[in-house]
Amino acid sequence: MISKSRTAKFFALAATGSLLFSGCASGSENPEASGDKTTTITWWHNSNNGEGKAYYEKVAKDFEAAHKGVDIEVHAMQHEDMLTKLDAAFQSGDTPDVYMERGGGELAAHVAAGLTKDLSDSASDELKFLGDTAGGWQIDGKTYALPYSLGAAGFWYNKALFKKAGVEKAPETWQDLLDASDKLKKAGITPISVGAGDKWPAAHYWYYAAVRECAEQTLSNAVSNLDFSDQCFVKAGDDVTQLIDAEPFNPGFLSTPAQSGPTSASGLLATGKVAMELAGHWEPGVMQGLTEDGKGLGEDTGWFSFPAIEGGQGDPKAQLGGGDAWAVAQNAPDEAVEFAKYMVSEKVQRGFAELDMGLPANPEAKDAVADPALASMLDVRDKAPYFQLYFDTAFGASVGGAMNDQIALLFAGKSEAQKIVDASQDAADLEK
Amino acid sequence: MILAVAQEVSYVSNSVGNDTASEQLRQPRPDKVQSQQAVGRRRKPADKRKTLEILFFISPALILIAVFMLLPIIQAIRFSVYNWKGFGPLVDFVGLKNYARVLQNEVFTDAMIHNLIIIGGSIALQLPIGLGIALLLNRKMKIQSLLRTIIFVPYVLSEVIAGVIWFQLLQPQYGVVDTIMSKLGIQGPAQGWLGTPELALWTVLAVLTWKYLGLAVILFLAGLQGVPSELYEAAEIDGASWWQIQRKITIPLLGPTLRTWGFLSMIGSLQLFDMVWILTGGGPANSTTTMASFLVSEGTKRQNFGVAAAASVVLFIVALILAISYQQFVLKRDSQPDEDRTKSKKVKV
Repeated sequence: MISKSRTAKFFALAATGSLLFSGCASGSENPEASGDKTTTITWWHNSNNGEGKAYYEKVAKDFEAAHKGVDIEVHAMQHEDMLTKLDAAFQSGDTPDVYMERGGGELAAHVAAGLTKDLSDSASDELKFLGDTAGGWQIDGKTYALPYSLGAAGFWYNKALFKKAGVEKAPETWQDLLDASDKLKKAGITPISVGAGDKWPAAHYWYYAAVRECAEQTLSNAVSNLDFSDQCFVKAGDDVTQLIDAEPFNPGFLSTPAQSGPTSASGLLATGKVAMELAGHWEPGVMQGLTEDGKGLGEDTGWFSFPAIEGGQGDPKAQLGGGDAWAVAQNAPDEAVEFAKYMVSEKVQRGFAELDMGLPANPEAKDAVADPALASMLDVRDKAPYFQLYFDTAFGASVGGAMNDQIALLFAGKSEAQKIVDASQDAADLEK
Repeated sequence: MILAVAQEVSYVSNSVGNDTASEQLRQPRPDKVQSQQAVGRRRKPADKRKTLEILFFISPALILIAVFMLLPIIQAIRFSVYNWKGFGPLVDFVGLKNYARVLQNEVFTDAMIHNLIIIGGSIALQLPIGLGIALLLNRKMKIQSLLRTIIFVPYVLSEVIAGVIWFQLLQPQYGVVDTIMSKLGIQGPAQGWLGTPELALWTVLAVLTWKYLGLAVILFLAGLQGVPSELYEAAEIDGASWWQIQRKITIPLLGPTLRTWGFLSMIGSLQLFDMVWILTGGGPANSTTTMASFLVSEGTKRQNFGVAAAASVVLFIVALILAISYQQFVLKRDSQPDEDRTKSKKVKV
């Protein structure tokens, strides 16, 4: 009797086990692939809400309709989620067929590990009209991803508060910025919010100062040879120190997050608690999400380019920024490349621009950008003599992380200009 | 994976504790050994069957332990000797260089000090406060169970939720804490409680005390239940005051509970991560970095998985050493056989 029930239990266990395993197996296989000749493309993107998500679903449907036998599996994810999942996917080697690459050192590492497809030949037509903008995704003369959104960082400001403090025109030089900050403080307004708790928003100040201080050649040499010996990098730290000493930042900026919640750096700007913030092209969208009426600063939203720094060797019109590009996994089918190409076509990019999902990289789609502040930034971006990728992206996570940590320490008054350069160089030497 | 390893430290150290304790329990008395062995020899076939049966039933648990505990530990050790970005094959063997990078890194050594401060601070704060509250709550009163629940609520709250709530409360200028203080005419720190490097760690410690005091109180109350009431009665008859009873009877008899709680508190402080990550992210100026937050930011933010793995192994070893020495020097007296204990007591008296 006892042994009988025991056997029964064993079989029950075994049955559950086999059920579990078969469940896993059928999950990973594609049931349609065995039937007719359907090619499935997995696509990960980060437009996970509202119109953007619906638009991307439509884009996938359109592509399926035009290409018989292609099935696109769309995965819309929250941005940070997607990055985490992508990291896990790269670790396991099971990457999605079409995914987002931010270029620079990150991409270089993926290419070195043989995870990303070379698109130089298969997308040669697209690369012609994308032109210089694809530069951030090129390694040794080969292009590995097609940029679809490219934005510069700059100061987003509250026009009403500037007016109230008597700041008539947007600052053009470093001294202008310091003066504006003084005037705002006298009017009882906190001049600038910075999310130094997340480190990178603080680091953007140093990056931009370095772009102003360093000649183009010095920057490109730093990116390709990981060499920070030029004195201009130390000067950048001195400039930032000068700004920090003027105390323009929101109280508690050392623990302020960048974008989450109404007391974040973006939240403070969106709710009129501070006058300006240095941020990328995503800022209007973020601010809209942080206000009750969903309008952000609305008509008071203004944008000005990072001010010129006197005596700097960089072109004052050069821009620092970043972008997103579609990359194709090394082992993906050819249809995936077609899909990436379709994604940067004029048709798809126009719809992308009309919904303010970003700043389109395809020049034919530029006039479709609806938001006036974004449109003005687009002008600045396209008139820039050169475009520097955010340093933490350009140098890769390891060097960028060391750099950001040290810049955050500078903001806390616990570091100095030379130490930022030393820490970056030390981390870079470990990469060589 | 690294996190998993960090968590395992507690499991492993706990099981170490259980083993020594149960081993001592299992040790047969010398006078009975002979007869038991004799019985054992006679029952051998049945024993073999029994062993198989035990093996069969614990094998799922063993497999789980192997897959989710042993394997990650081995993996972490393997990663720690490579320079690895988190993807691609493990090819760049660097030996013990990652360990040198971790141990020479000021941020990590500071993190170790922060962990020690949290260990010391938690015990120094929670022991007297928790004991005081437990002694008060142990008296018969009408709202006893309501008070117990209130004290215990913070512990039940998820650490992440508690962290987010405190993060909002402690916002500079606009936060509740600062608002109340300014209404009272006191100016909070300019950079906020979490934004001032000199204050941040103490603020974290205060939040942790709020969060974990409930656990201490509940454990102490449970310990108090185990004190026989006859002792109180006898002391009362002898004319002892309430204070004398607490000092001479309750607290000494609470010893084993206090020591076990101290162990749990120590391990928890060593692995401290969630609260720090949410309140400060290890900042400002690395003033609240713990070993766990260091390894997570090194791994996920900088993609130095080799360094992060080395840090996780260091954390594992530190936790293991502390756990074993605590077992050896503090908890051992609780699991000593009765005879030894009375002997040592006699010496003391």
